[in-house]
Amino acid sequence: MAEEMRIVLRNYGKIDPLKIEDYLAQGGYKALEKARSMGQAALIDDVKKSNLRGRGGAGFNCGMKWSFAASATADQKYVICNADEGEPGTYKDRLIMENDPQSLLEGMAICAYAIGANQGYIYCRGEYPQVIEILNQAIDQAKAQGLLGDFDIEVRSGAGAYVCGEETALIESIEGSRGEPRFKPPFPPVQGLWAKPTIVNNVETFANIPVIVDKGGAWYADIGNPAYPGTKVFTLTGDVNNRTFFEVPTDTTIRALVFKFGGGIRGGKKFKAVQIGGTSGAFIPESLLDTQVAFDAMSAIGATLGSGATFVLDETRDLVDVSTRIAKFFEHESCGKCAPCREGTARMHELMKKLNEGKGSSKDVALLEKLGRVMSYSCLCGLGQAAPAPVLTTIKHFPADYNAKLM
Amino acid sequence: MGYTDIIARYSDKPGGLIEAFHAVQKELSYLPEEVIVEAARIFNVPVAQAYGVASFYSMFSTKARGKNIIRICESAPCHVAGAAEVVAAIEAELGIKAGESTADGSFALELTECVGQCQATPVITINGKAYLDVNPAKIREILAEYK
Repeated sequence: MAEEMRIVLRNYGKIDPLKIEDYLAQGGYKALEKARSMGQAALIDDVKKSNLRGRGGAGFNCGMKWSFAASATADQKYVICNADEGEPGTYKDRLIMENDPQSLLEGMAICAYAIGANQGYIYCRGEYPQVIEILNQAIDQAKAQGLLGDFDIEVRSGAGAYVCGEETALIESIEGSRGEPRFKPPFPPVQGLWAKPTIVNNVETFANIPVIVDKGGAWYADIGNPAYPGTKVFTLTGDVNNRTFFEVPTDTTIRALVFKFGGGIRGGKKFKAVQIGGTSGAFIPESLLDTQVAFDAMSAIGATLGSGATFVLDETRDLVDVSTRIAKFFEHESCGKCAPCREGTARMHELMKKLNEGKGSSKDVALLEKLGRVMSYSCLCGLGQAAPAPVLTTIKHFPADYNAKLM
Repeated sequence: MGYTDIIARYSDKPGGLIEAFHAVQKELSYLPEEVIVEAARIFNVPVAQAYGVASFYSMFSTKARGKNIIRICESAPCHVAGAAEVVAAIEAELGIKAGESTADGSFALELTECVGQCQATPVITINGKAYLDVNPAKIREILAEYK
């Protein structure tokens, strides 16, 4: 079975995150130097060749995204790090920022060089005030050493809105507005922050960049699942013995995550379901556990990789109850801009509550399936499109839980 | 420092309204109407727009609330770890319901979604500081730090 492999967490526990000297001693900022010597076109080509795909959940080819912003002509371009880690059960970005903030800054600086930007923002969730302090100290240290050149980075704090993890909502929030997603296109690499070409990448994506530049795109492309190469950080929660985090190559199976790395189910109980990717992820039954934790492999079983949150439930758990709780989450976090999400999440929660209280019928289940289908293709952004997944997949894979509660 | 001075420190920052609101809230615990009106004037946006921002984000409150803000995560990982019992224990200890503040203005109790400390659920935060692996028996001791 697969072993742990640390790329983005390579310095975890090895350095003092508040001492840039420690990062430099590990070879830090050598990749930025190398990137600048390669030239922009060759750098972007190498990132493309690595086939690194966005670690925030959308899985878009990173080098490809950069090339769009690089080829746009504008008097100003921006690099934004999405550190609005709000997906329940996820704390991987916090781990990276708390333990190796310079690695994120170096990744952002390489991106800035690649696309020709001199201003960066880190949009960090408001729930992480201690991380914001660490980032500000790290930026000051990097500037004091003159490592960032003319690239400036500012940290902005979120204020408790899950939807701001969506990149255009995040941009709205940096602009000082309500965090409501924009209509796309135009996409941010063409028209983003203050209508200028903007790259928005996740913390984990940026943390991969220095290593890719250092060791080469071909080296990275060879790790894990070829269609979604590299590693992924997973955070395990729920009924597993090891409620902790792991960074593993993307050809690791879900089974290995739960039973090898997670140490199996607590209290000697049996496995029932695992939800991967955060609270908008699908619930996956035992029969699909041999799937690899790579973007397309997960899509093929009707699931997502998302943020890498891995929420494990034992045989005693009631999936109707858990899905009702999740439906409440989406009703609360829907920004209200588009009707299918604003109304849909409210109705979905209403129907789930009815079923959870034993007052629902099979007609309500059928209605949920229809509502979920409509939302998945008619909502404006990923929040509303993904919101029905937990309900739809528990209906599909765990009908007994629903049947037990029907009137 | 008065709120006008606090807001003014952010007036040159593009999109700095949210940062200004954070800074005022650190002092006042919430955003009174006059703060929103003043922020709208300083940032040169309509009052409705400034209010729209203040009311959009769950960490901002437009209503007066207690000084120490307790937030309890009720997202799925905390939910299955027993968050509901923790909510009940805090409600009993403070004599208020979630969404309310104590009469002496010392505590506000709020339900929240994931705070990103899922390695040790259930989790509560007080003024942004996380307390891990919380259970009803630990509540009295934790709250005593703030009394």
